[in-house]
Amino acid sequence: MELQEHKFKVIGTRPIRHDGVDKVTGRAKYGADISLPGMLHAKVLRSPHAHARIKSIDVSAALALPGVKAVITGKDLPELPPGSQQMGELVVNPRYLSMNIMARDKVLYDGHAVAAVAATSPHIAEEALKLIKVEYEILPPVLDVRKAMQDDAPILLPELRTSGTPEKSDKPTNIASQVRFARGDLEAGFRAADVIVEREFTTSMVHQGYIEPHNAVAQYNADGHGTIWVSTQGPFSVRELCSHILQMPLGNIKVVPAEIGGGFGGKTTVYLEPLALLLAKKTGRPVKMVMSRAEVLRATGPTSGSYIRCKMGATKEGKITAAQVWMAYEAGAFPGSPVGAGCMTILAPYALENLQIDGFDVVLNKPKTCAYRAPGATNAAFAAETVIDELAEKLGIDPLEFRRRNGAKEGTAQPAGPQFRRIGYIETVEAIMNSEHYRSPLPHVPGKLVGRGVASGFWFNAGFQSTAIVSINSDGTANVVTGSPDIGGTRAACAMIAAEVLGLKAEEVNPVVTDTESIGHTDVTGGSRVTFATGYAVYEAAQDAVRQLKERAATIWKVKPEDVVYQDGVVSCVNNGHEPMTLKQLAGRLARAGGPVTGRAAVNPRGVGPGFATHVVDIAVDPETGKVDILRYTAAQDVGKAVHPSYVEGQIQGGVAQGIGWALNEEYYYDENGIMRNTGFLDYRIPTCLDLPMIETILVEVPNPGHPLGIRGVGEVPIVPPPAAIANALYRAIGVRMTELPMSPAKVAKAVLEKNKAPQ
Amino acid sequence: MANKVYVETTLNGETVEFLCEPRQSLLEVLRDVLGFTGAKEGCLTGDCGACSVIIDGRVVCSCLVLGVEAQGKTIETVEGMARDGQLHPLQQKFLEHAALQCGICTPGFLVAAKALLDRNPNPTEHEVRYALAGNLCRCTGYDKIVRAVLDAAAVMRGGTHGVTGA
Ligand code: FES
Ligand code: FES
Repeated sequence: MELQEHKFKVIGTRPIRHDGVDKVTGRAKYGADISLPGMLHAKVLRSPHAHARIKSIDVSAALALPGVKAVITGKDLPELPPGSQQMGELVVNPRYLSMNIMARDKVLYDGHAVAAVAATSPHIAEEALKLIKVEYEILPPVLDVRKAMQDDAPILLPELRTSGTPEKSDKPTNIASQVRFARGDLEAGFRAADVIVEREFTTSMVHQGYIEPHNAVAQYNADGHGTIWVSTQGPFSVRELCSHILQMPLGNIKVVPAEIGGGFGGKTTVYLEPLALLLAKKTGRPVKMVMSRAEVLRATGPTSGSYIRCKMGATKEGKITAAQVWMAYEAGAFPGSPVGAGCMTILAPYALENLQIDGFDVVLNKPKTCAYRAPGATNAAFAAETVIDELAEKLGIDPLEFRRRNGAKEGTAQPAGPQFRRIGYIETVEAIMNSEHYRSPLPHVPGKLVGRGVASGFWFNAGFQSTAIVSINSDGTANVVTGSPDIGGTRAACAMIAAEVLGLKAEEVNPVVTDTESIGHTDVTGGSRVTFATGYAVYEAAQDAVRQLKERAATIWKVKPEDVVYQDGVVSCVNNGHEPMTLKQLAGRLARAGGPVTGRAAVNPRGVGPGFATHVVDIAVDPETGKVDILRYTAAQDVGKAVHPSYVEGQIQGGVAQGIGWALNEEYYYDENGIMRNTGFLDYRIPTCLDLPMIETILVEVPNPGHPLGIRGVGEVPIVPPPAAIANALYRAIGVRMTELPMSPAKVAKAVLEKNKAPQ
Repeated sequence: MANKVYVETTLNGETVEFLCEPRQSLLEVLRDVLGFTGAKEGCLTGDCGACSVIIDGRVVCSCLVLGVEAQGKTIETVEGMARDGQLHPLQQKFLEHAALQCGICTPGFLVAAKALLDRNPNPTEHEVRYALAGNLCRCTGYDKIVRAVLDAAAVMRGGTHGVTGA
């Protein structure tokens, strides 16, 4: 059945999500809501220093506290060999991962775990932490990405050598890797340009800011099997990573995904899970761990701060002739910043003949970074989209028209080489050009400086492995089982896809997310992949169920299966007078026609559909305080096919809000000793309701040719344009190009002041 | 170890008794002593509103209230919003408007929005945003939450829907 051919009945509608009632009544069980009989509570002792050698740890007083059942330190974790491994879709260095969740001989950032205590109550565990004596030899920290690259910088990991360099060096370094993408003739490209713009940009580390702190509940049985209940984006990754870190057979670990209170990429790795399992093993009792907000900020997440130099040239006709980018990303204490993705995305919206992009992954004394929504792309777009805006301004061309003239389309080579298939970038630019917002004049706000800015963004779509099961109930309803944690409405999307194929209503399908023993391997909820890839598996599994249903009907009618047609939930026979049966009628007869019907599918789809977005924002700046108000925001995005448009809009609105926070407020603030000074939501300020207007969305639907339903990834790209769009609006408002994130009130006020002081 | 204190309170219309340590927050008591896990922990510092409950008609962060302070008070949590198997209009509108993604902030928003509508049945968009500014949501950008609250208010006033879905 080719669904694209006929009109969708379920896809594109807005049913109430299946897990909704549980979530509005407080019944849904998130990780921290799970309790087991006899459960202990564990807490982690964290380093108060950014860089120090651990000389000794004395846990005796903590162990002596009544109620304390076990204490672990780095010594309790197996030593792992160096080197990275491919784990499913992740390239992971298990040794570094293990060192990150529990320090060994050195602590590498403020908040680095040093020991963990399990006790009969969380309060006793906390008291016990104070009784652990750690002797440190304090080492100088390095906190700036460019300083960390210098020859005389303090070295974090003595064994680290730069990978990806033309010649091998045996010098200790903080540069973990470097990459280059280049094509064409850069010099000739710049010679051909009538205008050249070159600027430097810096961005600060920012956190994913999920409202639910990390948690884990673990139980270990005498037979060597363990179970972990956890709010995670990737139960299968948790199993794999715990298996490596604890050197336990993978098949002995079961991971049960609890509901998850936000992740945005930050819950794709492990922090507490192996510790909880180890403590459960040591004590023989279930162990629960929940991080505080300060722990979340100090020791999990964030995404990279960065330094980016970006140079571009264009002709008077508005054609970009060359682009050169140099970018260094903070990896945190261990290698693995998203600089590669930064390099691959930074110029992706444009068709460029001559380009060179250099990227550096640099370790420094800050927490190990983790994925955050379109990792690496937002920093990069802030730089490139500001330079593009300036080029357009210098050439006197409308910034959207300038983008349209240079925009990537089907067949355009990406910076990393491969050509785009059908994409909808230019359509998003045109959607904003034609929007009521862009055509309306800027509002006047008394006492404020107003400005309008635009920017575009690109992000990939991950394929990876997914498994799905679609079973038919005897009343003609169906169940869909997957292994993809539902972080924002994907249960509903999966149910809708099955309903579309089976000819049911969305409400007649029950979607279930299950544990690692009840479904085949399924990679993380991430890379904007669930509706695309798990949805693909559901589509195939539902088709498999339809094929079996046709066989059953053929058995009942004593005809060939090829003569049975399944359409809109009704089976009929092509060549004789059998009365058609509804799915309900057929389902009731399955017991005597070959037994139950269960469709299955496992996929690793290749036909990924990357996403493009173009945004426009109007702002008002208070010239006295530098505070920026968002007056109006419109985001256009190529979403392929929106399965549940409300949740697609929701992804866009949420991504925009995070991008606005990144642009204006959010930053990791470290003092000169490398101690994080804003470890709560009061000082690490994410946007509130009152900071934002309604966020208008325009869903552009250019079907992904690589997916049977045209689905693309939609979740990540909306975070990419906002900082650049706001910077471009700020330029219109105050006449200064802002090149540092966040563009906090202090920085904006200073820019206004300096601009006014400067001779006109 | 601290001695436990006997506390009697009214929770979602029913009298409830419990023992708690003086240092336990009301949030901890609700979740770990009474098994009401609808109120969530997002920060424990009064900054996120995930733990919002209504005490004697006022929204408070239950992480900033001690369990012993519940003595003699009337407490409403998200678990008490649906009555007789019927969702509260706010709950219904949150579903219809897709005002939740991960849902961790949802109980807090529902409770805070209920407290708003209990005292102001006809709030403006700004009043809704002001009343909910103590509740953080990282998933939705608040757009659909604000629409859901405005729409629920309209329904509760007996009028037709104030704001449409899209
Ligand atoms: S947990 Fe109480 S305000 Fe955040
Ligand atoms: S829906 Fe996830 S924090 Fe609000």
